[in-house]
Amino acid sequence: MSSVEQGQAVQSAPAYHTNDRHPAPERISGEAPRMQTDNLTVRYGVSTFGIRDVSMPVFDRRITALIGPSGCGKSTFLRALNRMHDLGADIEVSGAAYLDGENIYQPGVDPVVVRRRVGMVFQKPTPFPTKSIYENVCTGLRLAGIRRKSVLDEAVQKALSDAVLWDEVKDRLKSPGGSLSGGQQQRLCIARALAVEPEVLLMDEPTSSLDPNATMRIEQLIQQLKQQVTIVIVTHNMQQAKRVSDYTAFFYVGEMVELAPTPEIFSSPKQPRTAEYLHGTFS
Amino acid sequence: MTLQARYARDRLVEISIILLTLLVVVPLLIIIVYVIMNGFSALNLSFFTEELGSPARAMQGRPAGLMHSIIGTIVIDLVALMMAVPFGIATGIMMSEYHEHPFSPVARLMTSTLNGMPAVLMGLLAYALVVKNTGGFSALAGSVALAFVMVPIIARTTESVLRITPWSLREAGLALGLPRWKVTMSLVLPAARAGVITGILIAFARAAGEAAPLLLTSFGNNYFSIDLTSPMDTLPQRLYSLAISPYRQWHSMGWGGAIILLLFVMITFYVGRVVIRKLEKYTNS
Ligand SMILES: Nc1ncnc2c1ncn2[C@@H]1O[C@H](COP(=O)(O)OP(=O)(O)OP(=O)(O)O)[C@@H](O)[C@H]1O
Ligand SMILES: [Mg+2]
Repeated sequence: MSSVEQGQAVQSAPAYHTNDRHPAPERISGEAPRMQTDNLTVRYGVSTFGIRDVSMPVFDRRITALIGPSGCGKSTFLRALNRMHDLGADIEVSGAAYLDGENIYQPGVDPVVVRRRVGMVFQKPTPFPTKSIYENVCTGLRLAGIRRKSVLDEAVQKALSDAVLWDEVKDRLKSPGGSLSGGQQQRLCIARALAVEPEVLLMDEPTSSLDPNATMRIEQLIQQLKQQVTIVIVTHNMQQAKRVSDYTAFFYVGEMVELAPTPEIFSSPKQPRTAEYLHGTFS
Repeated sequence: MTLQARYARDRLVEISIILLTLLVVVPLLIIIVYVIMNGFSALNLSFFTEELGSPARAMQGRPAGLMHSIIGTIVIDLVALMMAVPFGIATGIMMSEYHEHPFSPVARLMTSTLNGMPAVLMGLLAYALVVKNTGGFSALAGSVALAFVMVPIIARTTESVLRITPWSLREAGLALGLPRWKVTMSLVLPAARAGVITGILIAFARAAGEAAPLLLTSFGNNYFSIDLTSPMDTLPQRLYSLAISPYRQWHSMGWGGAIILLLFVMITFYVGRVVIRKLEKYTNS
């Protein structure tokens, strides 16, 4: 593809790009990174790269959207941020990912602790099928040592309300999580992730199975959460990226091509490959 | 191919499937009918309330029964089950959830070896381990022998049902910050519970029909005993000894015992089915 070759002949430096070993946060004015990856590479087996040498910051209490064609490594990158690749056989992660300055891949770091701080909502809804709706949301809280029924009840209601599910399930909290519709299941998973109040929330196409109304309300929720939580969201919907995110990173064939403030990347992308993709998807 | 030829072919496949099914079902029915025909007359009240006693008892027409064998079977099988379930499930979890663990291939080798081993060897094993060391035949030794029969069956079914539970379920738990053991125990195992229970039932039914492992361990007893440290009677081993005895009255009691053993297995599966259906209803409703 000729556009790729063009892209490699970089004319002007992007805000951040692949192989930029020490991206300086000050180049995006005044933002502090909550997470930062350094040549993060994930390989499936010996030959397939999921992502390759991705170095990018994730800014504190900002919403970062990841965009790019199917198979470009968005999910792979997201999962690398909370060590979800650990148990996959034949998956090799190299490079570093810092959370508050500490490399989460350093020996001695407990992935369980990382995952309690960095939560995740998956591309496909994954409720715990044998647990009730109530228990689905509670599981993480109980783990955090909360036992008082009144506290749990309140937290469950809050999480379910935030995830725009409360009204639909308030009379059937005891029925199993698997009995909900696909879109309801996805909102249950969002509630479950919210309940434990993670510091960073990774969302992989969280609204792809939702109707426009629920999508809109989840987008509003994401905006509200920004007060306390750092969010990374994968989306195939450019309008959504525009609406919700502060920063947008464009991924292409396993590489992070460009990261910039969202208005900038959509109005004046610095990388030809980004421009090509955006135009391709818009026209 | 014409439409008619296709119909004919469809019909042919259907008929052969029915025939093959009958081939399996008919002998089973014959066995059941034959057992019932021969044993039904032996089933009177004293059959369920009396112990067997000496051959003279039956010969003289005094009340004799297999109450002690029925209770013994239940006791020995349940004790065996209590021993086998934790080991079997743990081994299944080891093979499925911790397959990178160095012990995992060892567990797999051991379960396949045990699985292929004739049941009489399980008896010998329990004989060497328990009878030799405690100095005598005992119900407990019988339970150990049956547990050896059950463990590999439970382990293998547990492994295979755990393997087919979706990977995404584990990831969802891990992403919440659940430690791995908790993901296994509180998410994966419950999701696979119907399959695990089926495995336990199969193991139970299989062990309930075994006579060979019990001959050298729980040995058998003509009288009622509930003491785990002394010999106890069981139905399969009793059927065997009644069948090879020279007394006609005992033969017919043996047939009666066979009916009870069949019922025992059938009730086990029926109760299991009901439990599983209840569980599945909850998950899918
Ligand atoms: N478990 C896996 N084993 C082998 N290869 C994988 C695996 N998961 C992903 N890949 C490969 O890694 C690359 C990146 O996949 P990834 O799932 O990260 O893409 P994505 O950007 O999330 O795509 P989509 O938008 O379709 O979700 C793809 O080429 C994919 O085929
Ligand atoms: Mg994806």
